[in-house]
Amino acid sequence: MQGTDCMCLFITFLTGDKALDGYSKKKYICKLLFIFLLGHDIDFGHMEAVNLLSSNKYTEKQIGYLFISVLVNSNSDLIRLINNGIKNDLSSRNPTFMNLALHCIANVGSREMAEAFASEVPRILVAGDTVDSVKQSAALCLLRLNRTSPDLVPMGEWTARVVHLLNDQHLGVVTAATSLITTLALKSPDDFKTSVSLAIARLSRIVTSASIDLQDYTYYFVAAPWLSVKLLRLLQCYPPPEDAALRSRLTECLETILNKAQEPPKSKKVQHSNAKNAVLFEAIALIIHHDSEPTLLVRACNQLGQFLQHRETNLRYLALESMCTLASSEFSHEAVKTHMETVINALKTERDVSVRQRAVDLLYAMCDRSNAKQIVAEMLSYLETADYSIREEIVLKVAILAEKYAVDYTWYVDTILNLIRIAGDYVSEEVWYRVIQIVINRDDVQGYAAKTVFEALQAPACHENLVKVGGYILGEFGNLIAGDSRSSPLVQFNLLHSKFHLCSVPTRALLLSAYIKFINLFPEIKATIQDVLRSDSQLRNADVELQQRAVEYLRLSCIASTDILATVLEEMPPFPERESSILAKLKRKKGRGNLPDIDEARKNVNVNGNGNSEPSDKIEATNKVSSPSFTDLLNLNSTPSAGNTLLVDVFSDNSTFSATEVSEENFARFICKNNGVIYENQLLQIGLKSEYRQNLGRMYVFYGNKTSTQFLNFSTSVTSTDILRTQLNIHAKTVDPVIEGGAQVQQILNIECLSGFTDTPVLNVQFRYGGMMQNISLKLPVMLNKFFQPTEMSSQDFFQRWKQLGAPQQEVQKIFKSKHPMDAEVTKAKIIGFGVALLEGVDPNQENFVGAGVIHTKSIQVGCLLRLEPNVQAQMYRLTLRTSKDSVSQRLCDLLSEQF
Amino acid sequence: MIKAILIFNNHGKPRLIRFYQYFTEEMQQQIIRETFHLVSKRDDNVCNFLEGGSLIGGSDYKLIYRHYATLYFVFCVDSSESELGSLGLIQVFVETLDKCFENVCELDLIFHMDKVHYILQEVVMGGMVLETNMNEIVAQVEVQNRMEKSEGGLSAAPARAVSAVKNMNLPEIPRNINIGDINIKVPSLSPF
Repeated sequence: MQGTDCMCLFITFLTGDKALDGYSKKKYICKLLFIFLLGHDIDFGHMEAVNLLSSNKYTEKQIGYLFISVLVNSNSDLIRLINNGIKNDLSSRNPTFMNLALHCIANVGSREMAEAFASEVPRILVAGDTVDSVKQSAALCLLRLNRTSPDLVPMGEWTARVVHLLNDQHLGVVTAATSLITTLALKSPDDFKTSVSLAIARLSRIVTSASIDLQDYTYYFVAAPWLSVKLLRLLQCYPPPEDAALRSRLTECLETILNKAQEPPKSKKVQHSNAKNAVLFEAIALIIHHDSEPTLLVRACNQLGQFLQHRETNLRYLALESMCTLASSEFSHEAVKTHMETVINALKTERDVSVRQRAVDLLYAMCDRSNAKQIVAEMLSYLETADYSIREEIVLKVAILAEKYAVDYTWYVDTILNLIRIAGDYVSEEVWYRVIQIVINRDDVQGYAAKTVFEALQAPACHENLVKVGGYILGEFGNLIAGDSRSSPLVQFNLLHSKFHLCSVPTRALLLSAYIKFINLFPEIKATIQDVLRSDSQLRNADVELQQRAVEYLRLSCIASTDILATVLEEMPPFPERESSILAKLKRKKGRGNLPDIDEARKNVNVNGNGNSEPSDKIEATNKVSSPSFTDLLNLNSTPSAGNTLLVDVFSDNSTFSATEVSEENFARFICKNNGVIYENQLLQIGLKSEYRQNLGRMYVFYGNKTSTQFLNFSTSVTSTDILRTQLNIHAKTVDPVIEGGAQVQQILNIECLSGFTDTPVLNVQFRYGGMMQNISLKLPVMLNKFFQPTEMSSQDFFQRWKQLGAPQQEVQKIFKSKHPMDAEVTKAKIIGFGVALLEGVDPNQENFVGAGVIHTKSIQVGCLLRLEPNVQAQMYRLTLRTSKDSVSQRLCDLLSEQF
Repeated sequence: MIKAILIFNNHGKPRLIRFYQYFTEEMQQQIIRETFHLVSKRDDNVCNFLEGGSLIGGSDYKLIYRHYATLYFVFCVDSSESELGSLGLIQVFVETLDKCFENVCELDLIFHMDKVHYILQEVVMGGMVLETNMNEIVAQVEVQNRMEKSEGGLSAAPARAVSAVKNMNLPEIPRNINIGDINIKVPSLSPF
């Protein structure tokens, strides 16, 4: 459509028309932008934009920058050309130019730009003479660089000064700085602890100010709403302040915000209520995060309850969403439950599907044993009319709730069969697998299940999933109802077989298996079934699987004696108890949603609380804890082994010792112990003895000459990668260049840990033996866990800390197959050897191991909690680590998981 | 963080797109189409939030949108942004546009695309809220205008801009527009 115009532009640019003045260039660039907007590829004009960007004229510069930040992607070659222009503008001292440059860096945010400006931007941010608007841009620019390439933006002396920007006069600067600090604090909370008190002070000034005080930042009579929201977000990075004065000041702020919600509105405008409520919701989020002030929690809950009936749809939506998180707090769970009727009503009457979905989420979150039946019933009835987009999710939720809170398993079976009847298409395999697992594992429900599916199958049209469940259950337990003439063996068989021809291949295969099971259960109908198997439509079926089954089953039934038949076709053994695969599926669907957290939180409540946990919860807790689920295995891709790839990279880059292979065969053995032989060949034996205290360590290396002749020119060196050198100091004392035959010499290495590390130092040994130079390289077993100090703590402390380290990036989990026999004593020794304190009697499940320790480095100390859950049946372990630093969690997990 | 800002009209024609995370051009257009599809079928009095489409990140992201006369303003944000806050930000942006263009309408967004971008840049930078104070934003824009004027030769600019627009050969847009209809109605700005 813009063909001619495009051509025109293209030719103009191509010919490099010298007469093209700045104005025309601007005009054309603008046109290009518009063409791009309409979805056409623009692959020319970039150079013109770069030229404009370097122009001295403001307007030309401006449009040049605009073009670049809208069109250029982060890995374009152009970046290098642009960087020069940006550099000039950053040093121009003209605030408008500096802003343009900072905008461009923030919007493109490429790695190359980060490399070029990572040191410059912080300098601009904290320089005393920078004008406010530039400070604002610089803060956000730094934030962006930190997001895209965190490794290139080192913390430095600027960090302390950034925190003090919270005191800045200009509220725009404070807003930008708060965003920056929030992101940084999530990564390294310890460095920004001081921001808590400043943020509270600032918040309290805003909250208590009269609306005129802040002039321009008052938005529809609400004082600085965005800043308040950001400050409240920042505070959510930290636990409640320990200082009593600070704490009461914060509580006061939160109370004031809650009080303001009750005052009559100062304006009828929706903007006023939006701004006011944005702050209110954020305050409630903070209250829920702290989860420590029962009065505030209950007030928050009541406030949300009011919003549930508000005429503004937005508020109803947000109230439902916030209540979901509130429901997981032990103080307010009961209070949330009082709103159940309203929520159910919302499910029925709300016109907006987004709101209805939130209502489903909330019902799921508030469900417990007392209201499970009602909630499940309501969800089932809603399912009949629910939007197609959310049906599958509701099905999963109903299935989970029904299982979790089933006291009476007949109810559970009814519920799932209903689920299949109402929304069969949305019932995934996991759901019907699960019902079969449960029926097989529980004797008390088998007869009822057989009766119910038999009745359900009577319906003229039933869903294929029902046929599957029916086929399986009748095949296993059909004998339990065969006494009744109305469900005699033949009736059962005919009923199943009447569905056979309407089903897909996998279901037919399942039915064939049910038939052979029938032959075992009911010898009296053997002939009938054999006739069916013998028919051409089975024996000569085009589908290989069906044909094979028919042939094999037929032969089996003819040849085998009753005894053999009975053994082969015995009732299925109970399934190993494991975490519901449905739950895993829901988690996958929801991403890192709030569902698993709710479980986690409530479980902790049970452990922490007065101890009278409900029986059903107990079952659930042991289910969850004792066994890794196999479906979780598939989710393992969430723990990439960054450490390993790093190592490989390092070695392939480094040519100095790539010639000799680096030995690491004994490396893993030293993770949990400090002394032993690490290397041995025909000539040389190397032994180690090491001791560690806090962030310091000393390692004695013993070199033993196993031959009878001298080693000459004996020398050793320890090499580290560049990154490692900044994290770990190793100082090696020199050794004697000659080792006599049969002698042993000792070398001392002094080690200092500066910060968390993943790489491994390499020890290179060189000597001359019999005229040949010998080279040996081996990985020195200096790992992060060596700097552990064990920490003893009570069960309550442990779970409180466990909860505090709840951010997704702080936790690393790994499920793996055990490589050695699973012996509890050996495992204990290994955990202690790993460096943490083994905490006995903390975990409600005696099988599990729980440990705690602090890693000491020169710059920071990292608290670490770990939990190892063995599953003897499956020969698997699940290892969960939570530390305040994600890289540390990952590294420790990688190290420890190798040990079992 | 704000992942993307999209403005399109009632027919799904994009009027401004700004991505703060890299997507290929083709993907950008698909996202616009998907978002339009999600947003346009909703009634006017339902809530302003919905889960993001699958292309832009699914349920971890929310679409916060507002419908003004002929235009949809959509912010795609992650969970670190307050929903009502983002909604307010859209309002700030629109009110600022209204101040700078005096009764802003869809045409202004087409003919002054660069200006609209500059104004947006004063509000959102690299996906984060930069400035929320309308007076400050307008002041910045005025500084820019003054610099533009001072660079001279622009007395004829408006006329040239108009002729440039006429030469642009844009299909249908300038012809069948009913100006009265497409004025963005910014809900009452008076009570200041």
